Amino acid sequence: MASLEVSGLTKSFGATHVLHGIDLAVEDGEMIVIVGASGCGKSTLLRIVAGLETASSGSIRIAGREVSALEPAERDIAMVFQNYALYPHMTVEQNMAYGLKIRGLPKPEIARRVAEAAGLLGIGPLLARRPRQLSGGQRQRVAMGRAIVREPKLFLFDEPLSNLDAKLRVQMRAEIRRLQRRLGVTSLFVTHDQTEAMTLGDRLVVMHAGHAAQIASPMEIWARPADTYVAGFIGSPAMNFLEGTLAEGGQVVALKAGPVLRFADGPRAGGEGRPLTIGIRPEHVELAEGGIPLPLDLVEPLGSETVLHGRLPGGEALVVKLAGPGPGAQSLPVALPAAALHVFDGETGKRLDP
Amino acid sequence: MRKTVFNGTALPLLLLTPQLVITAIFFLWPAGAAIWQSLLQEDPWGMSSQFVGLRNFTEVLAEPEWRGAAWNTLIFSSSVAVLAMGTALFLAVQADKSIRGANIYRTLLVWPYAVAPAIAAVLWLFLFHPSIGLVGRALNEAGVAWDYKLNGNQAMLLVIVAAAWKQVSYNFIFFLAGLQSIPRSVLEAAAIDGAKPVRRFWTIILPLLSPTAFFLLVVNLVYAFFDTFGVIHALTGGGPGKATETLIYKVYVEGVQNVNLGSSSAQSVILMILVIALTAVQFRFIERKVHY
Amino acid sequence: MRRYWSSLWPHLWLLLGVLIFAAPIYITLIGSTHDASTIGRGDVPLLPGSHAVENYTAAWVSGGSGRFTVSPASRMLLNSTIMALCIAVGKIVISLLSAYAVVFFRFPGRMIAFWTIFMTLMLPVEVRIIPTYQVIVSMDLFNSMAGLTIPLIASATATLLFRQFFLTIPEEYVEAAKMDGAGPMRFFRDILLPLSVTNIAALFVILFIYGWNQYLWPLLVVNDRSLETIVVGMAKMIGTGDAQNEWNVIMAMAVLALLPPVAVVLLMQRWFLKGLTETEK
Repeated sequence: MASLEVSGLTKSFGATHVLHGIDLAVEDGEMIVIVGASGCGKSTLLRIVAGLETASSGSIRIAGREVSALEPAERDIAMVFQNYALYPHMTVEQNMAYGLKIRGLPKPEIARRVAEAAGLLGIGPLLARRPRQLSGGQRQRVAMGRAIVREPKLFLFDEPLSNLDAKLRVQMRAEIRRLQRRLGVTSLFVTHDQTEAMTLGDRLVVMHAGHAAQIASPMEIWARPADTYVAGFIGSPAMNFLEGTLAEGGQVVALKAGPVLRFADGPRAGGEGRPLTIGIRPEHVELAEGGIPLPLDLVEPLGSETVLHGRLPGGEALVVKLAGPGPGAQSLPVALPAAALHVFDGETGKRLDP
Repeated sequence: MRKTVFNGTALPLLLLTPQLVITAIFFLWPAGAAIWQSLLQEDPWGMSSQFVGLRNFTEVLAEPEWRGAAWNTLIFSSSVAVLAMGTALFLAVQADKSIRGANIYRTLLVWPYAVAPAIAAVLWLFLFHPSIGLVGRALNEAGVAWDYKLNGNQAMLLVIVAAAWKQVSYNFIFFLAGLQSIPRSVLEAAAIDGAKPVRRFWTIILPLLSPTAFFLLVVNLVYAFFDTFGVIHALTGGGPGKATETLIYKVYVEGVQNVNLGSSSAQSVILMILVIALTAVQFRFIERKVHY
Repeated sequence: MRRYWSSLWPHLWLLLGVLIFAAPIYITLIGSTHDASTIGRGDVPLLPGSHAVENYTAAWVSGGSGRFTVSPASRMLLNSTIMALCIAVGKIVISLLSAYAVVFFRFPGRMIAFWTIFMTLMLPVEVRIIPTYQVIVSMDLFNSMAGLTIPLIASATATLLFRQFFLTIPEEYVEAAKMDGAGPMRFFRDILLPLSVTNIAALFVILFIYGWNQYLWPLLVVNDRSLETIVVGMAKMIGTGDAQNEWNVIMAMAVLALLPPVAVVLLMQRWFLKGLTETEK
């Protein structure tokens, strides 16, 4: 039985449709990351699951129980907020205990849970402090602690790392992942950062304009993006897109930039001249003697790798990522290996498989 | 606009009840009654009243006494505003020059705010009383015939000074805050551009201070119109003659002493319109302040 | 040398200002330590005299024995304190409740309620003297502490201030409270009130002074000596300002009347400045 089941969830604010029917089943102990650009509806989805907003239609079941009509506190969930939302006038201990106190748990039980969570997070020495006496990372831990003590069926994370500096973010990211594995609590994690999404999630939900564009494991999404939006969103630097048309009975694509490429994995359906969008990740572009000449207009050295920006003969931009230091030349001959191509419909942007 | 709110209708209405009940009974109902009574005329014995439309208003506006009071109000309010704001601005500019001293001077200058207008009047009376006051006696000995109880202009001068004295501290606090919020870098840039201190004051500081000044002007006018009733009542009782009778004072005299309800109500309504206009101006201004 | 002088001028001006501001108070303080005949002669001394104890005692226990006698200062100070506290606390309580309702709930009539409260800004007691007085009389509240205070505790200013402050409280606190299972009143008590403490303190200073300094309203609705407040009583003692008044006792009375609000401002200056600048935003 799935820990969380969302089906047919829609949400509109007046005439604005924010969510267009989301279906999602989260297995017990799974960490699902909802990722997307701002305004894609990812936060709304999380807030509806939390009970902070009501859906226009659809159902939400947590551990088999329909919760749509329940108050947030009755849903057996816990939430970590973007700005942590620690009550500033309460100590760390009081912050963690507040929800349990309202639920009427006996004092020794509250103390036990708080001590346990504090030990787990290494915030034992901070229990008597107030939020403003804590660093960003410490606040983050307290916010986690407040969620853990509730021993919920479902954890909700609303961009909890976005207020931290880059270094701390990486560190907390790993910590959250370890903790979640250890506690085995089903989690829903919202972020706009694709690296965060890739590293944290068992599966990702890539949201786009109120739809779930793709729900799959990080590697699956990276290797077989469902459409050009997902393809462009996941991966850094972003995937290159080149225009072309189908030719030779679906065996090849004729790129606007000139070259004709044969599909490695078989022919695509459709008539001659069907418009296609061909995607290739910058790291898959190869240097090849006698390849397409690519004049460079920008070279970004990153140490272990180099990112090159250039323009193909047709004027389309192409980004290339090379291992090691970049070449000294002003122009490079490049090849687009057939095995690394992603083929999308030129009009709908949907992935085309053989 | 808040996205997350609590549910329920009964609870918020219950929470609002005390405020709304008091507002309805002591504000809206009397205001409505004032408007209604302003359209009626009572017979001299208060036995019956009849609807007379706007006659009370036309009578009030034509009355020389009312016009006199309006004139007094104009003189009084503008003098109080100019005196209180001018003094406060001058002192605030001086205090702003000394970075460490500003807070000490503020402490030494804020307390008159706490003194009731009526008490302020009494304090100044101790100085300017013709026979027991230090200054009053000195003036008389110097040959100036000083007696605010006989000379209308002197009475007006005294209530203006007492009313302004109390308001300076309020203006001082706001002017000083306004001055302190002008970025030093702007003044330094002007100094590098070669502007001398006096020029800096007129071309940089004053324009940047104008929102504060405008806000204070409205506050000072409202203060002079309404809050200074105590000053006049305690010090001159509107006299000598009617030399210091302002519009508010006249409403009080008409309604409480002469019990002329129609006329008093019409005057109240005129004042109401005045307050609404001032409040509207003030909020227009605040709205603009938010935007820039 | 020029630099030295130019930095000295501002201080000289400010000291002059401070002196002018303090002069009336100083004269009053000095006057309250001399006997009636010294002041009546008009030879106002500049140094304290030796009659302080008897003047203040007279003011405290009898309220003067001249033609314009009032209640003893002890009585009037008590009345003023009760009135100022009732007004300040009453305004804060009902404004907190109504601002809370307007900001944290959505219900039919919300905007009507808000604008109704807002309208009181435009209806100071001075423009509705007689009808308000009639309401008090018809409700049998004439000559009562309730009549003195209740009509003054509606407050648009305080409601607007709290509303402004509540709007700055992060959305997430409400959400976290909902997650924790706190209902509306629990949220109000456990989270909102503790967060509002500094605002309440700031507003209290301003409102206490407002209440203490009331003049026209007490003048209208109270004529019972036992309910007289010190500001009104003080002004009554002056009468027509005759030189034969007991000026020494009047001056002692004036000092007693201005001491409490001035002390509140000076002791709570930080809150006072915050309250002043925020109520006028």
